[in-house]
Amino acid sequence: MQLVLERRPERSATIAITSPLIAIALTLVTMGILFAILGKNPITALDVYFIEPLIDPYSLAEIAVKATPLVMIGVGLALCYIANIWNIGAEGQFLVGAVCGSWLAVRTNGTDVGPWVLPAMLFLGALGGALYALIPAICRVRFGASEILTSLMLVYVAYYGMDYLVRGPWRDPKGLNFPTTAPFDPVATVPSLIEGSRLHAGTIGVLIVVMLVAVLLGRTIMGFEIRLVGAAPKAARFSGFDADRLVLFTFAVSGALAGLAGIIEVAGPIGYLQPDISPGYGFTAIIVAFLGRLNPIGILIAGLFLALTFIGGENAEIAMKVPLDLTKVFQGILLFYVLACDSMIVYRIRLISSRRAPAHA
Amino acid sequence: MLDAIVEIFKLILSVNFILTVITASTPLLLAASGELVAERSGVLNLGVEGMMIMGAACGFAGAYMSDSTLVGAICGIIAGVAMAAIFGVLTLGLAVNQVATGLALTILGTGLSGLIGAGFVGQRIEPSPQLHLPFLTDLPIVGRILFGQDAFVYFSIALVIAIWLFLYRTRAGLVLRAVGDNHTSAHALGYPVLKIRMLAVLFGGACAGLAGAFLPLAYTPFFIPGMTAGRGWIALALVVFASWRPGRLVAGAYLFGAVTFLQLSVQGLGLGIPPQVMSSLPYLATVVVLVLISRTRGTAGSAAPASLGVVFVPDR
Repeated sequence: MQLVLERRPERSATIAITSPLIAIALTLVTMGILFAILGKNPITALDVYFIEPLIDPYSLAEIAVKATPLVMIGVGLALCYIANIWNIGAEGQFLVGAVCGSWLAVRTNGTDVGPWVLPAMLFLGALGGALYALIPAICRVRFGASEILTSLMLVYVAYYGMDYLVRGPWRDPKGLNFPTTAPFDPVATVPSLIEGSRLHAGTIGVLIVVMLVAVLLGRTIMGFEIRLVGAAPKAARFSGFDADRLVLFTFAVSGALAGLAGIIEVAGPIGYLQPDISPGYGFTAIIVAFLGRLNPIGILIAGLFLALTFIGGENAEIAMKVPLDLTKVFQGILLFYVLACDSMIVYRIRLISSRRAPAHA
Repeated sequence: MLDAIVEIFKLILSVNFILTVITASTPLLLAASGELVAERSGVLNLGVEGMMIMGAACGFAGAYMSDSTLVGAICGIIAGVAMAAIFGVLTLGLAVNQVATGLALTILGTGLSGLIGAGFVGQRIEPSPQLHLPFLTDLPIVGRILFGQDAFVYFSIALVIAIWLFLYRTRAGLVLRAVGDNHTSAHALGYPVLKIRMLAVLFGGACAGLAGAFLPLAYTPFFIPGMTAGRGWIALALVVFASWRPGRLVAGAYLFGAVTFLQLSVQGLGLGIPPQVMSSLPYLATVVVLVLISRTRGTAGSAAPASLGVVFVPDR
């Protein structure tokens, strides 16, 4: 007897709808067991993790703040992943965007410039992210180098580049030797939505981005091309779609969105450039993209859910003395279940008696 | 400026430098050897960092509780294999995307190792003993370099030689390379593609786990969360840098090891080279090498296993 994977005659519509929910349910059960092993009451723990943040106004605002970069990067990555193009360097594009936008803020710091500074910073951030993302795209199109490996390697190059700037030329001379730039001027800061809250205008921006990407995917030729290349690459080639152009386009858009997320994060909740501006948003956004089924609205929900795990994890650390590392365990397990459940849309597992199975299977 | 260059040369030629580079390179070489075999079978496991850090946490836990380096190393290997098994079941058993699964493995490993290692932070163990042969180890210059290392170092070199012999001088190695280059043909010839890949992935996990265990067992005698500090990603880069060949892997590992060590010393010499430039060199070099090998070998980049990262579901 053995288990084998078998392609379904057609995609299972039921599983397609329920798979994220099944994955989340399985993750909650696994986490409950893990809490029990750690000697905590699973029900209380899950309550602290997932319910309490939702009834506390401060935590709700924090969830929106955390979800903003995750969703913005995630929808961009979805464009790539739908077309089977693998940009996994969003973390690097996020950092480069933050650096490029911050350049203007640092240069104009303390001078009396107009309100054009912030829009210009956002533009520079998106441009920097897009250009940085085009490096692996061009390497793939021109030389056939795997974009998976190059985009990943460039993450670390970006990280060290930013580290150099904030420790060296851009360091705030009045900053008591901390590796940060001077705080950005008010004109170079993303305005907050509610007085005294960290909730900022970038969250509105991300909603617009989600809508734009949804329109791009569902209502334009480019969106059709992206979906076609992903679903039927041969058919796309025969119908004359240019695969190289698509690589460049999806990388540029996802890079621009990651870069925009980077500068919004720096000019919004943080307020200055420093070495650890990202707790791995660019990588977590990959989970978000898959959890959201590569669908813009789905990604919005998935981003809020992942943000909830960050905030819940911080709350649980304080309230229940559980390690913060649990959040990462949680996110890893969640992605495993999501991917496994997604596989069941296209395949099914069958039990086959070994006598009928070919000898080499 | 000239003085500084002379200083660098003096430094590179010193025995201490070579000893330090060997120590810094060994975990890279161990982890990359395993990943090389997995990638040669057509599986791209981006979870090396996660498997390594689990190897470090479990390796330290094992060594601390048993007072034995060997037990620690075995615990590290088991942890790496267990992590690789998760990856294998998902990507090979359930045909899940390898890139996403590998990244999830790293996220999981980082978190889980923090949980496991939390109780051991601040504890110390006896570092792994170094070889001491009477007379030979006391030879000037070469003595300590050749005959004064710990077991991990000798093992890593033996491992690469064994992998080379396996890949290029045995039938099983040929089959593994065939599976990595064209899984459809290998399947048609009757080779169990998924089984071979599973074994290669588990071997990769064992090596990554051992590489992680090396850090608290031989490098520093204690465990710190996140102590792999990106070495898993460098190992991944190293496999590409070596264009999937064991021989070049050794050269690359020692080169990367030297670069990471130089970043500390160059700072002290006041050459004006920021340490961040040195830190990013391995990654930049890997991008350049990848572009070069992809370009010279045609667009498919035949230096890379042709089926690398491609999902395979046998039809029947």
